[in-house]
Amino acid sequence: MINQAFFFYFSAVIVATSLLAITRKNVMHGVLYMLLLFFHIAGLYLFLNAEFISAVQVIVYAGAIMVLFLFVIMLLNLRDDIRKKQFIATWPMGLLVSSGILMVILMAMLTIKTGAHGVWGIAQLERVTQTVAIGTVMYTQYLFPFEVASLVLLVAIIGAIVLAKKRIK
Amino acid sequence: MPGTYTPVGYLPVLIFLIIALGFGLGSLLFGYILRPRRPYDEKLSTYESGMVPEGEPRQKFSVQYYIIAILFVVFDVEAVFLYPWAVSFDKIGLYAFIEMILFIVVLVIGYIYAWRKDAFLWD
Repeated sequence: MINQAFFFYFSAVIVATSLLAITRKNVMHGVLYMLLLFFHIAGLYLFLNAEFISAVQVIVYAGAIMVLFLFVIMLLNLRDDIRKKQFIATWPMGLLVSSGILMVILMAMLTIKTGAHGVWGIAQLERVTQTVAIGTVMYTQYLFPFEVASLVLLVAIIGAIVLAKKRIK
Repeated sequence: MPGTYTPVGYLPVLIFLIIALGFGLGSLLFGYILRPRRPYDEKLSTYESGMVPEGEPRQKFSVQYYIIAILFVVFDVEAVFLYPWAVSFDKIGLYAFIEMILFIVVLVIGYIYAWRKDAFLWD
């Protein structure tokens, strides 16, 4: 009962803040609503028995990615007329792309079938603790995706420097 | 599934959040009730070190901030990956150790690249 109450609170705030974030005239307000959104997603993860993911959500999204968003907005600092022409004028295209993504997500969700319970139940996780469980699975079973992640991060560093350093000269 | 697990250990966090929110909102409300309100034009105008404010409030930031922010994101994610590795270190053996060395080496390549490209210098 109390779990459901928390779930409905978190999901209601997530829907409300994401709507507010995309409808604000002032981009800065939109980004701050998104910060609230990130914190509530972290709360949702907590109730899905994923406290490590929840902590990462706060540290990486609400911490690092939020700073990146704020810097990019301050960097662009668009005037109203440019802003309208470049970003709002193409909204039918955005609607098309996002409804396509929504269709894919819906179709994926409808075909998902949950199998039998695995090893990592609530009791098992409580015994070995979350972080140890993630560590043992990620660095033995999922070594290759983990290594691919390092390449993705490398591409992010190189891409940012190639893009940004060119403009300074 | 949502609704089957209660994070009981996080009850202190909830109590802390409620007290923090109550304290913040409470002091604002208290001040709102107690303070006298006598506004006039000069009091309501934008304050900028006693000078008459001029120009746009938001100025264009250097693109340098973007590089710093993206480097921060990347190495933040690296630190997050290090944490479960360090905690489960005695269970996963030498193979995972070598794997983590590889991971760090790939990111150090990025770090050296950023260094050689003067990404840490402010120009």
